[in-house]
Amino acid sequence: MSHFFDVFIESYPYFLQGLKITLYLSAASLLIAFVIGLFFAILKISNIKVLGWIADAYIWVIRGTPLIVQIFVLYYGITEIILIDKFWAGAIGLAIHSGAYIAEIIRGSIQSIDKGQMEAGRSLGMTKLQTMRRIILPQAFRRAIPSLGNQFIIGIKDSSLVSFIGAQELFGVSSSLGSNSFDFLTFYSVAAVYYLFIVLILTAIVNRIEKKLARSD
Amino acid sequence: MSKKEMVRVEQLNKSFGKLHVLKDVDLTVDESNVVVLIGASGSGKSTLLRCINFLEMKDDGKIFLEGEQVDKDTHNLNEIRQRVGMVFQHFNLFPHKTVLENVIEAPLMVKKMPKNQAIEEGKALLDKVGLGDKYDVYPSTLSGGQKQRVAIARSLAMKPEVMLFDEPTSALDPELVGEVLATMKELADEGMTMVVVTHEMGFAREVGDWVVYMHDGRIVEYGNPDELFERPKEQRTKEFLSSIL
Ligand SMILES: Nc1ncnc2c1ncn2[C@@H]1O[C@H](COP(=O)(O)OP(=O)(O)O)[C@@H](O)[C@H]1O
Ligand SMILES: [Mg+2]
Repeated sequence: MSHFFDVFIESYPYFLQGLKITLYLSAASLLIAFVIGLFFAILKISNIKVLGWIADAYIWVIRGTPLIVQIFVLYYGITEIILIDKFWAGAIGLAIHSGAYIAEIIRGSIQSIDKGQMEAGRSLGMTKLQTMRRIILPQAFRRAIPSLGNQFIIGIKDSSLVSFIGAQELFGVSSSLGSNSFDFLTFYSVAAVYYLFIVLILTAIVNRIEKKLARSD
Repeated sequence: MSKKEMVRVEQLNKSFGKLHVLKDVDLTVDESNVVVLIGASGSGKSTLLRCINFLEMKDDGKIFLEGEQVDKDTHNLNEIRQRVGMVFQHFNLFPHKTVLENVIEAPLMVKKMPKNQAIEEGKALLDKVGLGDKYDVYPSTLSGGQKQRVAIARSLAMKPEVMLFDEPTSALDPELVGEVLATMKELADEGMTMVVVTHEMGFAREVGDWVVYMHDGRIVEYGNPDELFERPKEQRTKEFLSSIL
C-alpha cells in the first residue's frame, strides 16, 4: 500500500498531464456530441420520413459497433483524407459515438413533454420553432439532465480508448509508465483513482443542478 | 338588430382516418355572443373548436373570421391563431415559467412587444383575473382554479377577437369551478365573443346567448338556453339533457 502512495506521488506530474488531456478530450467530445445529439434528435421527431431514417441509420450503426472499432475506422479513414492530430481524431470519434446515445436521450425527453404544451404555444400564435425553442426544449433538457449526466460519465471513461490511437491521456500515461517499469498493476490502479475522482466531482455537479431545478418546479 | 359576424363555419367535415368526426357542421357566432356547445363525450366538440383555430386541419368546408374566409393555403395560420384564443381543459400552462412569464411569453415572442409594456399589460390582466399577488410564483404552486385563470389571462394577453374554451372547468375540484366561471362571465359581460364547451348548465343559462347540442359529429339542435333546456325539440336532445341533469 505504501508502495502505491509512493508511486502515486512520484508520478503525479505525468498523470496531471494525462488528466488534462482526458478532461480536454472529454469536454471537447461531449460538447460536439451534444450538438450532434440535438441535431439527430430533431431529425427523428421531424415529420419528414427521410430525415428520420437518416437518424435511425446513424444510431443503428453506432449502437451496433464497438467504440474501439469506430475510433480506429474514423482515425484511419480521416487521416487518409486530411492530416488531423490524434487528439481531434479521438475527440470527433468519441463525439460521434456519444452523439447517438445523446440523440436518443434528448428525443425521449422531448417526446415525454405533454403535447398540450405545443398546442398551448401554437394556440397563442407562436410558430412551431418558437414553441420548440422557448417551451419544449427547456423542459426537455431539465428532464434529460440525469440521463445526460450519466452519458457524460460514460463519455469520460470511454475517452480512455483514445489511447489506442496514441493519445497520452490518463490511460495512455499509465500504460507508458507501466511498460517502462513493468509495474502495470500500480500504474493502472493510480489511473483508476484519477477516474474515480473525476466521476465523483461530475456526479456531485449533476446532483446539484438537479436539486436546483427541482426547486423551481 | 343584426350583429357583426365573428366566426362562421360552413359545411365543415373532418375525419381521423376512417372515423368521421365532424359532419356538415354549420355554425355562426356573432360579435359579443356566447355560444355554449354541449354534447356527449366523443361527439366532436373539441374537434370543432380545434378546427376553428387550426390546431386541427379540416378536411372540407369553410371557416370565416370576421366575414373573411381563412384557409391554410391563403393565410398565415400563426396570425389567425393570434386572433382566436384557446383555453384548455388541462390549462397547459408552461411549468418552467412563472405566472407572469406565462402571460407575457406570446406578446414578447409573437407580437415583439417591448418588455415593459408586456409586463405592464400582463400584470393588469393578472390583477383582473384576481391573481395580482401571484406574478412571480410557478404554476405548480397554484390551485386548479388559479391555473385556469392564469391560462385565461395568458390567452387574453394576445388580445384575441374570439375566445374558445374547451371544458375549462372539467378538471377542477367542484369548489374551484365557480371562480373560473365568474372570470368567464366577467369576460362575456365585457363583450368578448366566446365559444364554450361546458356542461355547467347554470353558466349556459346565465351567460350563454345560444346553446348548441352536438351528437355524433352533427349539430342536432340550436337555440337560446331557455328554449333548448326547457323545450328541446329533438328526442336526442331530450335524452342527453335528462342524462346530465
Ligand atoms: N387526434 C385524433 N386522432 C384520432 N381520433 C381522434 C383525434 N381527436 C379526436 N378523435 C376522435 O374523434 C372523436 C371526437 O372527439 P372530440 O372532438 O374530442 O369529442 P368531444 O370533445 O366531444 O368529446 C372521438 O371519437 C375521438 O376519439
Ligand atoms: Mg372534448
